[in-house]
Amino acid sequence: MLRHAVQRLAMAVPVMFGVLLVGFLLMQVVPTDPATVRAGPTATPDVIAAIRADLGLDRPLYEQFGLYLWRLLQGDLGVSIINNVPVTQELGATIGPTLELMVASLFWSIPLGIALGTIAAYWRGSLLDRAITALTVAGGSIPVFFLGLVLIWYVGFKWQLLPFTGRTGPLWTWEGVQGIILPALTLGGVFVGPVARMTRTAVLDVLGADHVRTARAKGLTERRVVTRHGLRNALIPVVTLIGLQIGFLLGGAVVTETVFSWPGVGRLAVGAILSSDFPMAQGTIIVLSMGFIVINLCVDLLYAALDPRIRHA
Amino acid sequence: MRDNAPLLRIEGLRTVFRSSVGEIAAVDGVDLDVPRGRTLGIVGESGCGKSMLSLSVMRLVPPPGRVAQGRVLLEGQDLLRLSAGAMRQVRGGKVAMIFQEPMTSLNPVHSVGAQITEAMRAHDKSASGAELRDRAIEALKRVRIPSPESRFDDYPHQLSGGMRQRVMIAMALACRPQLLIADEPTTALDVTVQAQILDLLRELQDETGMSIILITHDLGVIAEMADEVAVMYAGKVVERATAAELFASPQHPYTLGLLGSIPRLDEDRERLLAIEGAVPPPFALPKGCRFHPRCPFAIEACTRAQPALEPVADGHLAACIRAPVEQSAELAA
Repeated sequence: MLRHAVQRLAMAVPVMFGVLLVGFLLMQVVPTDPATVRAGPTATPDVIAAIRADLGLDRPLYEQFGLYLWRLLQGDLGVSIINNVPVTQELGATIGPTLELMVASLFWSIPLGIALGTIAAYWRGSLLDRAITALTVAGGSIPVFFLGLVLIWYVGFKWQLLPFTGRTGPLWTWEGVQGIILPALTLGGVFVGPVARMTRTAVLDVLGADHVRTARAKGLTERRVVTRHGLRNALIPVVTLIGLQIGFLLGGAVVTETVFSWPGVGRLAVGAILSSDFPMAQGTIIVLSMGFIVINLCVDLLYAALDPRIRHA
Repeated sequence: MRDNAPLLRIEGLRTVFRSSVGEIAAVDGVDLDVPRGRTLGIVGESGCGKSMLSLSVMRLVPPPGRVAQGRVLLEGQDLLRLSAGAMRQVRGGKVAMIFQEPMTSLNPVHSVGAQITEAMRAHDKSASGAELRDRAIEALKRVRIPSPESRFDDYPHQLSGGMRQRVMIAMALACRPQLLIADEPTTALDVTVQAQILDLLRELQDETGMSIILITHDLGVIAEMADEVAVMYAGKVVERATAAELFASPQHPYTLGLLGSIPRLDEDRERLLAIEGAVPPPFALPKGCRFHPRCPFAIEACTRAQPALEPVADGHLAACIRAPVEQSAELAA
């Protein structure tokens, strides 16, 4: 188990390197020049050249990338071009709210999706199954931003039930909980459908298996047959597929944070990109892709915990 | 109740499946007795309804199938009329079942110990965890699994096919059932392992006095194990006799055909006899005797009426209008 974890961690290193390289190169092909942005609209060419030299932008690309990596290893992500604040400081302040939002979204959407999928699979072909399928297809087809805007318009603005203007406080206060409900509903809402559909397929698959017949022949109750011998086995493919969908969720977080002014990494990224704040944008890309890698690592370890055949392999 | 009354009596059992061409019967009016402490072998080709018959007894016929008619009397009590809860107590309690594929019949994500104790807990809610563990280890010991204490925590994939079938048997016998239904228990196993498992079943039967319904397509297994035999064809029992009687003087042409397709060492034969054709699908059964299109002895009358299962000798029933036929054995040879 530990060896498995270490192996997976080692495999994450080249992936991270690739992410850094692609992120760096993307910044190179953007037509805006960081030195010009930094210097402002009234700067003379001399000033821009000086800033360019100062930022190291006049050196060859591989040297710039090497320098960037070297600083990164020391925990230095540079400073914001716009307001001179260290990138790490901004990231540190925004990671917490993003994690809060992700956890709050998954906290309700995964259990609900799994429950709906299991119910649909068990009563396959029934009216209930068809209703759930219709609901999940509809839910999965709604864009994140649209769901967010609809919730803001009705729940937040027209009926004035819940706040919708950013993080209203820490999660252990009532205000904080109220503030996260709408963003978490939005981000989780687009996740329920895929999870329910995956669960339905996986549970259907397992319920037809020989060992489920054995479980029934032992005289177990239907509930136990479905949960312990159906769902428990179905979780293996479901967890794998959830892992694959997490990237989608990170993208959704960027949109949700922007729509709800949630002070997270996603909103920081959008702001940085719109204002051509290159070091900041690159920092957010690093954090988001690190998040993706870490979540996938967790999923992988969870997979091993769920399936003894992998654990002992 | 008299002691020689059968443990299980199946009367007029009919199991049907709903399909686009109407209801089709996988089991069509079967009557059988399972004597106490003895083994009833049910033999037939794939698709003859023998597995559906066993699942009907357990009331585990997968939808859209259902038992449409008949009675399944366990010590006089009709299992088909029990409530779902009472039937659950019968499953794994009084009647247990083992299946053909030990590879897939155990749940891969739970340890074998957990799967055995789960069967016990379903029928004895009061037992403590440690008590169940001891009893499960005892059950593993009974099926001759070496070092059962350490095997308890193993997962199915860590065991060989033969060991898994032993675990299945241990699980089935965990609550000391009166009847064990074994559906092709050795088909997926190597020949040597097959013999071990059959030996084990016989030993356990001697120890516990349980009855066994042994379902197989292998007449060798029947010869080895069964006291009485029912031959099934296209959803119906076509011949019933004691095993000795059946092998000595088979009366139904289908049984003859099955016997003719066993390789024998004491005869010098170029080719094995095979029954021409295949079992007709249940939605396209021929009129009259269901076997007549494949039967070498068929006469015009066979195409008209379905023959009933009638005595041809003492304790020997056959469903063939030409039985008993003295010359049939010569003709087949």
